Amino acid sequence: MLTIILRRMSESLFVLLLMSLLVFAGVYAIGNPVDLLISPDATPQDIEQVTKALGLDKPLWVQYGYFIVQVFRGDLGHSFLVGTPAIELLLSKMPATMELAVAAMLMASIVGIPLGLIAGLKSDSWIGKTIMTASIFGFSLPTFWVGLVFIMFFSVELGWLPSSGRGPTSIVLGIPVSFLSWEGLRHLLLPALNLALFKLALIIRLTRAGTQEALMQDYVRFARAKGLSQTRIIGVHVLKNILIPIVTVIGLEFGSVIAFSIVTESIFAWPGMGKLLIDSINGLDRPVIVAYLCLIVVFFVVINLAVDLIYALLDPRVRFGASAK
Amino acid sequence: MNDIQLPEIVSPGKRLWRIFASDWIALLGLAVLSLLVLLAIFAPFVVPQNPYDLAQLNILDGRLPPASQSFDEKMFYLLGTDDQGRDIYSAIIFGMRISLGVGLLSTLGALLIGTTLGLSAAYLGKKADSLIMRIVDIQLSFPAILIALILLAVFGQGLGKIIVALMTVQWAYYARTVRSAALVEMGKEYIEAARCLGLGHLRIIFNHLLPNCIAPLIVVAAMQIAAAIALEATLSFLGLGLPITEPSLGLLISNGYSYLMSGKYWISFYPGLALLVMIVSINLVADRLRDTLNPRLQK
Repeated sequence: MLTIILRRMSESLFVLLLMSLLVFAGVYAIGNPVDLLISPDATPQDIEQVTKALGLDKPLWVQYGYFIVQVFRGDLGHSFLVGTPAIELLLSKMPATMELAVAAMLMASIVGIPLGLIAGLKSDSWIGKTIMTASIFGFSLPTFWVGLVFIMFFSVELGWLPSSGRGPTSIVLGIPVSFLSWEGLRHLLLPALNLALFKLALIIRLTRAGTQEALMQDYVRFARAKGLSQTRIIGVHVLKNILIPIVTVIGLEFGSVIAFSIVTESIFAWPGMGKLLIDSINGLDRPVIVAYLCLIVVFFVVINLAVDLIYALLDPRVRFGASAK
Repeated sequence: MNDIQLPEIVSPGKRLWRIFASDWIALLGLAVLSLLVLLAIFAPFVVPQNPYDLAQLNILDGRLPPASQSFDEKMFYLLGTDDQGRDIYSAIIFGMRISLGVGLLSTLGALLIGTTLGLSAAYLGKKADSLIMRIVDIQLSFPAILIALILLAVFGQGLGKIIVALMTVQWAYYARTVRSAALVEMGKEYIEAARCLGLGHLRIIFNHLLPNCIAPLIVVAAMQIAAAIALEATLSFLGLGLPITEPSLGLLISNGYSYLMSGKYWISFYPGLALLVMIVSINLVADRLRDTLNPRLQK
């Protein structure tokens, strides 16, 4: 087990190193930060002074070391546009993104698991086939276009739901959330639904596959032989067994939902990290871009590491398979 | 001796027809896809105006709703016009051309790189295998859109850059697919026979190993074209994809986004619909191919 932990940790460190190099290359080596920081009519002496002050006259590897030290200090500079520290700005947007992602995941699970169960139980009937064909649409539909159609239909045509922003927020445990007020909930509904569609098809397909597999197992046959009712067999025996992989995948996909919320947030002007990233890219606000990239890479590396370690802990096959190599 | 049944020899065209004839949804997908591809190829001949020739645009025709006459009553705008008086239908057909082109080019590039690396991993084994597959694993643990966004945010936008970004995102799928297929094939006698004959490594890999790993690659490639087109459209919509000189469907949708709130839905809606139809038809075809070519699902 210890070797696995050490190996996975070193792998994660390698990924972090690689990503930091990429980000560093993009931010420091390609464009010259001085051009962005200094006014166009500066004298050559001024430019030289700023270059020295920023350490840009040093060799690249020294600059890279300096960059890494800064990252570890959590100091990624100040936003060019807003003036506040980039990390602080980013973290202030984090609750909005998290709320959206959690709401979307909940919606996708609440709708997707029953649909997948039906599709798996009645795979040969028209309803099962309809659900499966519809799920092709689910992963074909470009998220951003569905978002636009939602706005067009629910906000512009019907005028039922607001199309942008987060609405009023209330503070719970020091974190601003919008789902507690009616107005906030109305704002949350469309973006969350939009983001949920993205994962809905996956959950349906996964549940269906699991159900079909479970139905062929001996314990289901045994439960039937015992004379248990169909609802009990499915609700208790089948569901319990298929939920484990589904919950695992939902956990795994959480990261990609956060990544994909970049699109949803931009469409619905949801004030989260994703919208901040796009705004920063468009406004050439480099410190914020770097801060976002660092944060999301660390986030993903941690999720992947945790999932792998939990797998190794739970499944002896992973453990022994890995050490046998 | 006589009871050996020889497999029927079927021409590729006939085989393709058999795959699709039994499933009308997939057949429909194939028909629609063929139509869209033809429209895209012959774009200049099937549209009423060249949407990017400014001399043909009339600003007085700006933002006309679908099915309107032009100001000088010479043109009929089936799907309306955008803010510069550009015919939406013509813009969509030209946009499809760019979207399909980018999707195909990036998929082909990724297929080439991924297949080469995946086959090398399977054939060489040991260190090369674990190194290549480790990189694949690491890459696949990040969502495609995130990697593409990082690359485009860091290196800037442009036609070449987005194709490179899409290739970078996709190659790992092919590498993984072809490697697992190749590992199965490597254990078979014909590879051993080829080795005993003293054939060169390259010849074994490309003439013997590759043809037997093609089926799963086709399925993955079909799905990846759709994914690449959707990803390109998303990135272009966010303003990070193609430049304004290469108006793909995503860019057209983004262009009409600001008019959505005032009820001028057609500038964004129809390009989006075209994108959707394109992606769905590709996925329907891919789904059918997967069901037929995947030996595990064969009844």
